[in-house]
Amino acid sequence: MANVCNGCADALAMEKALDEVIARYKGTKGPLIPVLHEAQAIYGYLPFEVQLKIAEGLDLPLADVYGVVSFYTGFTTKPKGKYRVSVCMGTACYVKGAEAILDKFTTSLGINVGDCTEDGKFSLDACRCVGACGLAPVVMINDDVYGNMTPDKVEDVLKKYEDVQEGI
Amino acid sequence: MIKTVEQLNALREKMQQEMALRRGCADGCTEMGGRMQILVCGVAGCQSSGSMGVYNELKRCIIENKLEDEIRLISTGCMGLCALGPLMVVYPGRVMYTKVQPEDVAEIFQSHVLEGKPVERLFAEDNDGSKIADALGHHSFYTKQLKIALKNCGTIDPYSIDEYIGVDGYQALAKVLKEMDPEDVIDTMKDSNLRGRGGAGFPTGMKWAFAASQPKKQKYVCCNADEGDPGAFMDRSVLEGDPHSVIEAMAIAGYAIGSNQGYVYVRAEYPVAVKTLTAAIEKAREYGLLGENILGTGFSFDLEVRLGAGAFVCGEETALMTSIEGHRGEPKPRPPFPAVKGLFDEPTILNNVETYATIPRIILNGADWFNSIGTEKSKGTKVFAVGGKIARTGLVEVPMGTTLREIVYDMCGGIPGGKDFKAAQTGGPSGGCIPAEALDTPIDYDNLIALGSMMGSGGLIVMDEDTCMVDLARFFLDFTVDESCGKCSPCRIGTKRMYEILTRITEGKGEMYDIEKLEILARNIKNSALCGLGQTAPNPILSALRYFKDEYIAHVVDKKCPAGVCKSIMKYKIDPDLCRRCSICKKHCPVEAITGDKKNGFVINQDVCIKCGQCQAKCPFNAILHRDRKGV
Ligand SMILES: Cc1cc2nc3c(=O)[nH]c(=O)nc-3n(C[C@H](O)[C@H](O)[C@H](O)COP(=O)(O)O)c2cc1C
Repeated sequence: MANVCNGCADALAMEKALDEVIARYKGTKGPLIPVLHEAQAIYGYLPFEVQLKIAEGLDLPLADVYGVVSFYTGFTTKPKGKYRVSVCMGTACYVKGAEAILDKFTTSLGINVGDCTEDGKFSLDACRCVGACGLAPVVMINDDVYGNMTPDKVEDVLKKYEDVQEGI
Repeated sequence: MIKTVEQLNALREKMQQEMALRRGCADGCTEMGGRMQILVCGVAGCQSSGSMGVYNELKRCIIENKLEDEIRLISTGCMGLCALGPLMVVYPGRVMYTKVQPEDVAEIFQSHVLEGKPVERLFAEDNDGSKIADALGHHSFYTKQLKIALKNCGTIDPYSIDEYIGVDGYQALAKVLKEMDPEDVIDTMKDSNLRGRGGAGFPTGMKWAFAASQPKKQKYVCCNADEGDPGAFMDRSVLEGDPHSVIEAMAIAGYAIGSNQGYVYVRAEYPVAVKTLTAAIEKAREYGLLGENILGTGFSFDLEVRLGAGAFVCGEETALMTSIEGHRGEPKPRPPFPAVKGLFDEPTILNNVETYATIPRIILNGADWFNSIGTEKSKGTKVFAVGGKIARTGLVEVPMGTTLREIVYDMCGGIPGGKDFKAAQTGGPSGGCIPAEALDTPIDYDNLIALGSMMGSGGLIVMDEDTCMVDLARFFLDFTVDESCGKCSPCRIGTKRMYEILTRITEGKGEMYDIEKLEILARNIKNSALCGLGQTAPNPILSALRYFKDEYIAHVVDKKCPAGVCKSIMKYKIDPDLCRRCSICKKHCPVEAITGDKKNGFVINQDVCIKCGQCQAKCPFNAILHRDRKGV
């Protein structure tokens, strides 16, 4: 999945990838949202320069691009952590105590919902129903799903990622 | 490439033989499918409880014993009983194993696969405690179910178009293309009385007829797989377990209304569904069941997948189309209805995933068959995603008219921990709650509306005595405030005001006139909002006020939360009769709010207490209470 930029070589590669995406969608019907999805997969988020490039590439006013980016919560203009913690706030999770779990993550990570730790490792979000209601309450970290969560399990779950050595 | 119906039928026959084990071999087993077939649920619920490990372990055992020719291992879609996952089923015998962990595989393999002795320890347990081998046939979770939309979910490999063809897949498409005029198809849909499963329950045949009668060349068929109702996961399960049924139905719809292009709008939060569906579309194209000149009939139809980006309002039909066009997903006033002027301003029909998944069955079995199931005005079945405070969470498909009691108690095993049923929420943030008094009301579109709720897309969240209805209403309003697109002011401003009032009440700062104000606001928003989002946003409040007004009054007048949920007004108390003066609570209190000693007992200083609940969690004697028990 998406990653944060690691250096200039990457920046060039990412720009090239974005060019290819734009070329592929140009002239199709309703290209903007699919292009934004792919751009976000490349960059990890949608900074101003990327939006500008997409606007120029697809011949759209920048305001339209920004309007769409800011409308959908799935698009973000802030970089996310290497590990994206999403606490599901669907109804099933909520009635089974998701809020206490979210609270525990904010204290354990020392960040607010929507923010990223200073080292760029973790970001924390309250997300919409992920459809794993059978396992409520549910937390996702990148693509890993943790079901039947309790506040007590939060530290253990985070440890799994803290132990991972950088660069692997 | 399948160019003719004859080729389709030949493949079906071959696959029927390969899959005969799974049909109980009524028409004679052949060698073709091996001597045993093992199905492992490979989707969300079971996967996160470890089904991948089980699958890999089984695979390893099969290879190690050189049994690849004899034993088929298949990863399927959702089998429904998510609470007991990971699930696997072994044919012949249809033996279901529950909560299987990779460590259990060696035993299953040795005992069941090699020696023919099923492992009883892992059978599903029924309400009476008995262990059931053929759970799909005899467990009370399954016996009252009737599967139409979910017919293939959990019984076929969703990545194999051949298996779908083996269970009569694409036969309905072949039938309409070869034997029916578009008008016949629409008549069948009308006669079936199928109503949309996405929430509003609009008659599908009528919608198709409107679009068919438009004299335009370009028309579109859309599928709503946005499934935004939190707590609902049936559309996800269909896409992950049986994607071809949706593809086939959309092609049928295309033929009926005269369209050659479809779009499936899937929410981005469902990456597995997107992957499965995309793979299925590619396969269907490769087989010639999508694309140009399908089955040599001259009919052409293709599909494209579009991803949502996290906006609940995009489940609303006009907003969904605006989003596909690449804009902010804001709804438009209707009329014009999408059937007249929809996607890219052309006539468009939009149906829900479950609606589509039902259609091939209706075409093959006929409208009369469908009419024989359900209640007078709601025909067929409905899938519910049952969750919340319930013993067996999972997916159930029941005939319309089944009662809530049958679902909650008989099928799903009731409320855990011996607690009382308080209410069930249907329709999510647009719906309402059904109180215990209505447990025996047959569930259909009209009865739910009469109860002040609605069918919604099928999320069914069960709540027990520990759920605060004011807090729940506030939770839903928080959701709608966040998801309101901002285009119309009743929704943008009104939902926010309602949320503020509810917050006041849950903080113990409410007054009696707040309740009145809430009711007036709710009715005004219902009548004036632009789209369904705002029009239905007040429903959770109105229905909670209808059945649980005393709870609102307790918050406002007594400044108490009877369920002990609302933190600002809740108080932890030490029950002196239960307390054994062990002092554990005092040790664990992070803010030193607990004072006293072993001789005189302990008290909680309410001014200092931050209501973290540590003392309650640590007390070995359950002496710390946080709610006003009846009579206490
Ligand atoms: C705010 C809002 C959200 C909706 N979300 C969904 C949804 O997630 N899935 C769905 O099928 N229908 C949803 N609907 C209903 C659709 O507008 C539409 O009625 C439905 O997709 C039509 O298909 P059907 O006739 O097969 O039910 C939503 C409606 C509103 C107002």
